[in-house]
Amino acid sequence: MEEKNNKKDSLYLKLMPYIEKYGILLLLVLMILVMHILQPDVFLSWRNVTNVFKQISWQSMLALGVFMVIVTAGIDLSVGSIMMLSLMVLAIVAKAGAPWFIVVITPLIAGFLCGLFNGAGITLLRMPHPFIMTLGTLYIFRGTGNLISGGTPISGFTDEVRYLGHGRIDLTWLGLEKSQYLPVSLVLIAVVYIIFWFFLNHSRTGKWIYAIGGNPSAARASGINVNKILIIVYSLCGFLSGIGALILAGRTDSGYPNAGLQSELDAIAACIIGGASFFGGRGTVLGVFAGVMIMGILRNGLNLMDVSSFWQQVLIGSIIVIAVYIDVLRRDLGTRK
Amino acid sequence: MSTLNNPLLEAKGITKYFGTITALENVDLKVHAGECLGVVGDNGAGKSTLMKVLSGLYKPSSGSLYFQGKEEILESPKDSQNLGLEMVYQDLALAGNLPIGENIFLGREPTKNVGFLKFLDFKKIKELTNAHLGKLKINVKSADQKVEELSGGQRQAVAIARSTAFNAKVVIMDEPTAALAIKEVGKVLDLINSLKKTGVGVIVISHRMDDIFSVCDRVMALFQGTNFAESQLSNTSRDEVIGWIMGKK
Repeated sequence: MEEKNNKKDSLYLKLMPYIEKYGILLLLVLMILVMHILQPDVFLSWRNVTNVFKQISWQSMLALGVFMVIVTAGIDLSVGSIMMLSLMVLAIVAKAGAPWFIVVITPLIAGFLCGLFNGAGITLLRMPHPFIMTLGTLYIFRGTGNLISGGTPISGFTDEVRYLGHGRIDLTWLGLEKSQYLPVSLVLIAVVYIIFWFFLNHSRTGKWIYAIGGNPSAARASGINVNKILIIVYSLCGFLSGIGALILAGRTDSGYPNAGLQSELDAIAACIIGGASFFGGRGTVLGVFAGVMIMGILRNGLNLMDVSSFWQQVLIGSIIVIAVYIDVLRRDLGTRK
Repeated sequence: MSTLNNPLLEAKGITKYFGTITALENVDLKVHAGECLGVVGDNGAGKSTLMKVLSGLYKPSSGSLYFQGKEEILESPKDSQNLGLEMVYQDLALAGNLPIGENIFLGREPTKNVGFLKFLDFKKIKELTNAHLGKLKINVKSADQKVEELSGGQRQAVAIARSTAFNAKVVIMDEPTAALAIKEVGKVLDLINSLKKTGVGVIVISHRMDDIFSVCDRVMALFQGTNFAESQLSNTSRDEVIGWIMGKK
């Protein structure tokens, strides 16, 4: 009898990591199937699929940044404002006539500096929780963005500046039609996600980010400079928001005051749907990608079916609650009591 | 046991204030190579604070530390690790979300170079972990198992394995048997005895007289943050040591 239990136990132990890692992908595939059945002509068309990827392009950057922060058991509420401020800096530098290679770097630097400011505040000023620091900078960064731009949109960028957000990779050489192009932003998402997957899973710093989320005092006792790692994490989060600003500049051809309003909540939602734990130390890059995709597909699908955006809000909220409840059930089974 | 030689680790006149509270006042401590020192005292006597000073987690308000006769200033746990001072914390200081192997090597992960980038060498971590756990006769299903899936005793074993994986010269253990089942206590005490034989200095903080009297060579008592009494184990008795804990000589 005991042997039987052991067998069941070890099978379970073997399966657990895979369920934890790839379970969310099942949900994603299921959603794609349902949408395909509901909208067989449109949903999986080349045009619509590239559209989904273009729509999630900048959100996916914010979500990835917030994900790293959540892994450390922190939170960053300011990513939407960082993106808006970076976008405004880009717009002003572009309008001032700077060459394109300067213009495309400015939002990255601006985003990085905003993140550094968050990280320094949380660690050096010893804020009791990252929620407070980033709630403050949510207002500070957006206010600054409005101050430097006068609160009015600044439009019209060159093609080079718009390339990452708006560029198309021609696939006619593969025998495809002209309309079947690959958005540059999709390639960018893939590249950035792969780089950060490597960083989080195969570098020492990445491992320490997980360790800090798992048990900060263990990390400290292991000689890890926790504050330094946290500053790196918030800076990278800001940097990714800066990439988001660059993509958005390409997509909209404009810096505008409402850019990224409430997008921090979308980013957090994508992480949570993707299986990141608010208590830190848990979650995967693949999961975040799935979370972003699920939200993007849901919005896209509901738009295709002409469902009111009010229902979209209700559904996204419900998915957050259901996804986390599934996670709670899974954890109950997986951890020794 | 080489009590006559110079001590491996010596603390002189350690004082530690937390605001207006005096946690330690003018405390001395020394441990020799191959010796086990037992530190006893009631709750709040300052044992854990003293150990945290020794591990570099707290900076003493005054006093000095000598390692192999040389004065050292510990700015962080990294500094004490570099000297060969390892700590096994009462709360175990393990990250439950990481596998056993990655916990043992946390902060000191072996890496391999790919071009100019450094990647974690998971294969090496696993090999070293299996070899080390085997040496200490610690049984777990796999080095890839997450620590949160382990029992209390297994976690303690991993914590001790972690402290001894890097040629430690002094290992400090805070209540090493407190959370263990009886048959696991014996294993940990065996482990301490074999560490002593390899010339490691061991400091054990414990409430359990059984632990103190089965592995220690010398015992010292703290009372209200000060040195209260100290003796070779052969010159004292359980009742006397229990009296020291309660502040009676």
